[in-house]
Amino acid sequence: MTTMTLASKDLEVDAEGFLAHAEQWDESVARAIAKDAGIEPLTDRHWLVIKFMRERFLTAGTAPSIRTLGKESGVPIKELYQLFPKGPAKLAAKIGGIPKPKGCI
Amino acid sequence: MTTTALAPEELLLEQRKPEGITKVSIIVSKGTLEGIYPGLIMANGARMEGIDANLFFTFFGMDAITKRKMDKVKVATVGNPALGVSALLGIIPGMSAFVTRQMAKKMEELDIPPIPEFIQLIADSGAKLYACKASVDMFGLTQEDFVDTLEGILTVGEFYEKAAGGQIIFT
Repeated sequence: MTTMTLASKDLEVDAEGFLAHAEQWDESVARAIAKDAGIEPLTDRHWLVIKFMRERFLTAGTAPSIRTLGKESGVPIKELYQLFPKGPAKLAAKIGGIPKPKGCI
Repeated sequence: MTTTALAPEELLLEQRKPEGITKVSIIVSKGTLEGIYPGLIMANGARMEGIDANLFFTFFGMDAITKRKMDKVKVATVGNPALGVSALLGIIPGMSAFVTRQMAKKMEELDIPPIPEFIQLIADSGAKLYACKASVDMFGLTQEDFVDTLEGILTVGEFYEKAAGGQIIFT
């Protein structure tokens, strides 16, 4: 674990930059992570996906699969990849302050 | 003297560091459930990591993208010792369908989509789907037999052109 300064806060992150403590997240942290990942600005559609990922993780304990993301987040697969070209599930999890999704799907 | 400059041997190590994979071209050549899924999972997984992906379907692997066959793909229960089903039981009518249903149930639990939905998901993710020209000609098929998301029918040479600069995976 290393410490990273995001939105003027010193936060613990893993080797790939995912927050170690989901509870330290807020929207300014999200914007800082997104900027680092080359996603700027975050639109309402981005937020819809990010918040869906985060809420699902906080209630279910695991991040949703890309299939579930496409079916239930309100944003279809094609648009997910337009919003997060480098991987929607991975990036939305990172920006949403939750661990990297572990599944293969 | 700067402290950040790398010593020559360190510089060499830095240059030799493997670069990340940025593009994969996956060949799907088998028409059984267990022959098709690995390629689909790898293609979808590539896109999820932001890696470009091509899928090239050849021989019976084309069943995965053939409209009237894609929802009828089965597990091979004959000649598949890993399944642990005796060769004689494997030939019983309905055995393949039974094992396929069991596996489909398990996959649904793991949120792995059925083949038609998976192909759509992969196409929507920006991966490109191609059929092999030699196989298409051999089976007497046309573009109309395939899913609408099929990008094209390619010769082997054209496939290598599309695959240039990336990794090729044969399944």
